[in-house]
Amino acid sequence: MLGYLGHPMTDAIASPESAPAGDALVRVRGLTTRFSGRAVFDGLDLDIPRGKITAIMGPSGTGKTTLLKHITGQLAADEGELWVDGEDVARLSREGLFKLRERVGYLFQNSALLTDFDVFENVAFPLRQHTKLPEELIRDIVLTKLQAVGLRGAARLMPSELSGGMARRVALARAIVFDPMLILYDEPFVGLDPIALNQVLKLIRTLNETLGITSVLVAHELAAIQQVADRVVLIANGKVVAEGHPKEIADDGSPWTRQFFGGEPDGPVPFHYPAGDYAADLGLGETA
Amino acid sequence: MTQRRSYAVGTGLFIVLGFAALAYLATQTTSLVNMSQGDSYTLKARFTNIGQLKDRAPVKLAGVRIGSVQSIQLEPAKLDALVTLSIDKRFNQIPEDSSASVLTSGLLGDQYIGIQPGGSPDSFKNGDEVILTQSAVQLEDLIGKFLVNGSPSDKDKDKTKQ
Amino acid sequence: MTAQAKRRNLLLDGLAQIGDAGLFLPTLLAAVPRSLRYFRETVRQLWFVGAMSLIIIMTCGLFVGMVLALQLYHVLEIFGGTASTGTVVALSVYRELGPVVTALLFAGRAGTSITAEIGLMRATDQLSAMEMMAVDPVAYVATPRFIAGIIAMPLLCCVFSAMAIFGGHLVGVTWLGIDNGTFWSNMTSNVDVWKDVIDGVIWKGLAFGTVVTLISVHQGYTTPPTSEGVAYATTRTVVASSIAILAIDFVLTAFMM
Ligand SMILES: Nc1ncnc2c1ncn2[C@@H]1O[C@H](COP(=O)(O)OP(=O)(O)O)[C@@H](O)[C@H]1O
Ligand SMILES: [Mg+2]
Repeated sequence: MLGYLGHPMTDAIASPESAPAGDALVRVRGLTTRFSGRAVFDGLDLDIPRGKITAIMGPSGTGKTTLLKHITGQLAADEGELWVDGEDVARLSREGLFKLRERVGYLFQNSALLTDFDVFENVAFPLRQHTKLPEELIRDIVLTKLQAVGLRGAARLMPSELSGGMARRVALARAIVFDPMLILYDEPFVGLDPIALNQVLKLIRTLNETLGITSVLVAHELAAIQQVADRVVLIANGKVVAEGHPKEIADDGSPWTRQFFGGEPDGPVPFHYPAGDYAADLGLGETA
Repeated sequence: MTQRRSYAVGTGLFIVLGFAALAYLATQTTSLVNMSQGDSYTLKARFTNIGQLKDRAPVKLAGVRIGSVQSIQLEPAKLDALVTLSIDKRFNQIPEDSSASVLTSGLLGDQYIGIQPGGSPDSFKNGDEVILTQSAVQLEDLIGKFLVNGSPSDKDKDKTKQ
Repeated sequence: MTAQAKRRNLLLDGLAQIGDAGLFLPTLLAAVPRSLRYFRETVRQLWFVGAMSLIIIMTCGLFVGMVLALQLYHVLEIFGGTASTGTVVALSVYRELGPVVTALLFAGRAGTSITAEIGLMRATDQLSAMEMMAVDPVAYVATPRFIAGIIAMPLLCCVFSAMAIFGGHLVGVTWLGIDNGTFWSNMTSNVDVWKDVIDGVIWKGLAFGTVVTLISVHQGYTTPPTSEGVAYATTRTVVASSIAILAIDFVLTAFMM
């Protein structure tokens, strides 16, 4: 099981000469995505450094979830290139993609535990699907991971019996069951009370420090991000508008960061959804 | 894991029940019942008209089922119907001068072959032909004749062959 | 939108759904080899889809047989043909009522639960989570249910038909006093194992099972990820299945006659 970390990928489809060097685990170049004509990303360039926690921020609907889907190959971009650990995701075969995903943990916005199974079986699910380990070994691994998130005692509860924070932690245990090289967290703090939030926050830091796992954190909670993130990337209008250390980025003075971190209701992100002339809509233009 | 096993057992029971129902339908409610009655021997009979007689129609003697119609063919040379009857081996003492007729059960019922026993000491053997036969009575003809003549004509009755 | 345009849209929507479901079928079939790994899951689904439908199927089969015998007895009495009651019960059940009523009940009992279950898995990202755990959700979720439905339907049709014969016998012989021997001998000399039991119960059962589960799985798999989405998808499963069952039944009967 630990072999996933030890063995380098030997996938024939990956083209090593085009793979960029350097310490970026994820490298995005010129990414463009359109949903029914509307561009969500417009030539996005982004590097996610190995072994660090990178926070991605941005107004709702800028495509943060979409970006994570591109990284895991769930969704193909219209243009541009995206490498994960030296592999061109868009050109991977289904099998190559599945091999890559075994090394990537993904924490869904709503935990996405399998409702058919209890907590133990949820965490054991990837092991049962991809290995033929003996039952005792599976038990040991699962209990280790549950212990790491503090939920070993909840092993036999069903997902419906868990609170939001517990479900998030079970999902985290499931995401790390193969000791991945990269974990993607999609809004892991939403809907958590301050205690649960700090528990998840602590886990994210511990996993990064003890296992050296590269983490990508999509979140809006500035205070939380300033505690854990090594780097913050602010995305708006399909481009990276600001990036840097969490302490510095808030003071870089651009209108984007001022609005986003200052929480101003109007600014580069308009208060009004694009609309026609207000007076004309009310019919004042014609009757006058 | 015990939960998983109970699914497997329940599913197994369901499949067994389904196939048991199929076996019941196929063997107890269809003509298979009549086919699986052990050994039989065949007789032949010619009719000028068999009416609505169908394959597997019963063959009865004194109202008791003794076999079934195996096949019905048209004999091109004589332009009549050659009916092959499959008779149960248990009824092997039918006099060889017995006659066969195409009869109808009830007014609108299905047609079957009725055997009227003769008096000969010898019995039919496998492959024999029943010489004395009587064709199906056509209800339409009967009614037609009755309306025209006031009574059914004698010409159509007891039309035996050869 | 005018009423006419709305109707046209509805029609186009329906056609699009049919085409989409038809295109989903090769996806399901292509996943069959991969889903053999999840044999246990198929067995589990066979339990939910088949065994759990037994009670409703058996009860309804019994009553259908009973009411058929009751009606037919009084009609056949007019012609002096009450001896054929068993025959007519058996023929109408094997050829039409057995497969059709079983399929309609199956759509309501098993089809809706398949759609709702897969739809909720879609809405709560469980299908994406499987994708992310490198488990193919078509092979793990969709195909096992599809296979289970195809296996379960003919078996349920057999059980339904057997119960209907039992019910017909109960009313015809035990209650209305048809002679037991007459009841059976009349039936056995008129019912054909291939034309009636195999063509009717088995082939129609298989066809309906395939169509109903295809519709259910497809509706679930393409559910919009909202709670109204799941509700609409479940309704559509019942409506589309019912129409498909009756339409296909007509075509099959026309071919088999
Ligand atoms: N599969 C899809 N089809 C069409 N539009 C989509 C799809 N997924 C996302 N979108 C649109 O793309 C935009 C970005 O969505 P998302 O990545 O979920 O935003 P975020 O996670 O940043 O809030 C939204 O406007 C959303 O409506
Ligand atoms: Mg999102």
